[in-house]
Amino acid sequence: MLRFIVGRLLQMIPVLLIIATLTFFMIRLAPGGPFDAEKSVSPEIRKNLERYYHMVNADGTPRSLWLQLGDYLRNLARGDLGPSSKYSSRTVNELIAESFPISAELAFWSLLLALALGLPAGIIASLRPNSPSDYIPSSFAMAGISVPNFVIGPLLVLFFALKLQWVRVAGWDDWIDRILPSITLGLLYAAYLARLTRGGMLEILSQDFIRTARAKGASSLRVILKHALRGGLVPVVSYLGPAVAGLVTGSFVVESIFQIPGLGRYFVNAAFNRDYTMVLGAVLFYAALIVLFNLVVDVVLVWMDPKQKFA
Amino acid sequence: MSLAVEIPTEPLERGTSLWWDAWHRLAKNRLAVGGGLLLLLLALASFLGPLILSQSYATQDLQLGAIGPRAQHWFGTDTLGRDLLVRVLYGGQISMAVGLCATAVALTIGVIYGTTAGFIGGRVDAVMMRIVDIIFALPFTVFVILLMVFFGRRFVLLFAAIGAVQWLTMARIVRGQVKSLRRMEFIEAAEALGLRKAQIIVRHLIPNALGSIIVYATLTVPSVMLLEAFLSFLGLGVQPPMSSWGVLINEGAANMEEAPWLLIFPGLALALTLFSLNFLGDGLRDALDPRASKD
Repeated sequence: MLRFIVGRLLQMIPVLLIIATLTFFMIRLAPGGPFDAEKSVSPEIRKNLERYYHMVNADGTPRSLWLQLGDYLRNLARGDLGPSSKYSSRTVNELIAESFPISAELAFWSLLLALALGLPAGIIASLRPNSPSDYIPSSFAMAGISVPNFVIGPLLVLFFALKLQWVRVAGWDDWIDRILPSITLGLLYAAYLARLTRGGMLEILSQDFIRTARAKGASSLRVILKHALRGGLVPVVSYLGPAVAGLVTGSFVVESIFQIPGLGRYFVNAAFNRDYTMVLGAVLFYAALIVLFNLVVDVVLVWMDPKQKFA
Repeated sequence: MSLAVEIPTEPLERGTSLWWDAWHRLAKNRLAVGGGLLLLLLALASFLGPLILSQSYATQDLQLGAIGPRAQHWFGTDTLGRDLLVRVLYGGQISMAVGLCATAVALTIGVIYGTTAGFIGGRVDAVMMRIVDIIFALPFTVFVILLMVFFGRRFVLLFAAIGAVQWLTMARIVRGQVKSLRRMEFIEAAEALGLRKAQIIVRHLIPNALGSIIVYATLTVPSVMLLEAFLSFLGLGVQPPMSSWGVLINEGAANMEEAPWLLIFPGLALALTLFSLNFLGDGLRDALDPRASKD
C-alpha cells in the first residue's frame, strides 16, 4: 500500500508539469496582459514591471516564453508560485494562503449539509424503488441538480435577507453569514449525493448476500447499516474525491453572490485580469488537490470493496 | 448488453427489436414521458410563441419601466420597459440552440476520439486516454473562460468553447463501449468475413454503442445549457441585444429587490427545461441501457 501511495505521488509530478505548461501557454497566448488595465502606466514603469516579472531580459529585450516557463518551473520546484502579476506586492502563495481557508470552511459546511441530506434521502429512496418513498426524494434530488445555484442563491437572498431580514445580504464575518452560502452550495451536492447513493444502494440491495442476511433474520436496519452501506456507497466515495477538490477551491458563483473573499473569486478574477501567476498558481493548486483526493478515494475504495486491489 | 438468444416457444409470436423494447420501457416511465412532453411544450412556446405575440423583444416602453405581471404583459416588463414574456421566449431559443449545437460538437469529437482510442487499443489508447485525464484535471471553468477570451465573445464560437470541454466524458463512454464490443464474436465474424475497418466501425460498433451515446447526449444538453447560463451570468456568454436565460437571470439578480419577477420567470424557465431534460435522460438510460448504473 505504501508503494502504491508513493507511486501515485510520483505520478503527480509529470501531470502537474504538463498542466503547468498547457496553462502557461494558454494564458500567455490569450490577448491582453496584466498591465493593460492601468492606463497611466508610463513606458519606463512598464519596462520595470516587465523586468520585475522576468518578462524581459536584463538588457530589455523580450524574453522567450520557453525561458519564462523554465523560470516558472524552477521556482515551482521550490514551492514558490511567484509574485502576483496584478498585485505586485503580494505573492501568489500569500493570496492562496489567505483565501483558501475561507473557501475550505464554506466547503466544510456545504459538504456537511450535503451528506446529512443526501445520504439519508438516497438510502430511503433505494429501499422501495418506484414507490412514493422513492419518487419524493428522487424528485427533490432532480430539482436540486436542475435549479442552478445562481438562481437559488439570489432567491434565498431575496427571501431570507431582503424580505424576512433574518440574515445579512452578503459578507463573511459572523457565523450567521455562513448559512445562506452553505445552503446554496450544499443543496446541489446533496442532490448529486442522493442520486449516487440511491443508484449504489439499489445495485447492492439486489445481490445474493443481502438476501442471505435477510434470510438469516438480520433486521432491515442491520442489513442496511452493516451489509449494504459499505458496498452501496462506493460510487458516492468515488464522486466525493473530485467533488471535494472542487468544493475546497471555491465556487465562483456562490462566492460572488455572497461577496465571500474565497479562492474561487480570486481564481476567476485572475483570469479576467490576466494575472498570469495567480491563474497558474490556482490551476496547479487545484490539480494537485484533485490528484491527492483521488488518491485518498482509491485507498478508501480498496478498504470498502475487497474485490479492488492496489494497482 | 446481453446477447442471450431466446428460443421461441411459440413459433407465431413476433420478435421485438431492441429499440421497440426500449420504446415500451420509456413509455411506461411516467416521469420521463412527462419530462418529454414538458420539454416539447417549452420548445414550441419558445420557437412559435414570439410569432404569435405582438410585442418585439427589443421594443422599449420607457414610460412603463419595470412593472409587475399584468394583463398585457403576463411576465411584467424589465427595467427598460421590454415585455419579459417575449424576452424569456427569445432567450429560450438561444439557450436551447446553444444546448443542442454544443452537444452536437461534443458528440462529434467524443465519438470520433473514443472510437479511435477503443478500436486501435494498446499504447495509442493509453496515450489518448491519459490526454483526456489531464484535460479533465484542468479546472474547466477557467478553461472555458480562457477559451472565450481567446475566441472573443462571438456567439457561434460559444458552441465550440463549450463543446470543446464537454466531449471528454463522451469520449470515455464511447471508448469503453467500443472496447467491450470489439471482443465480441459478431465483430470477429465481421472481420473474418473480410469487412474493412471503416465498415466495422460504422456498421457494427457505432450502432451498438448508440444507446449509451443517445443517453449521454440527452444528459449533456442540460449541463451545456447550465454552462451557457453560467457564462452569460459572468458576462462572457451571449451579448446584448440578444439574450439567453443566463443573461436574463443575471439582469434579474441585479434588480431583484425592486423587480423580483425579473429573476423568477427566467430562473423558472431554465429550471423547468433542465428538470424535464434530466428526467427524459434518466428515463432513456433506464430504457436503452437497463444494466447501466443509475447514478
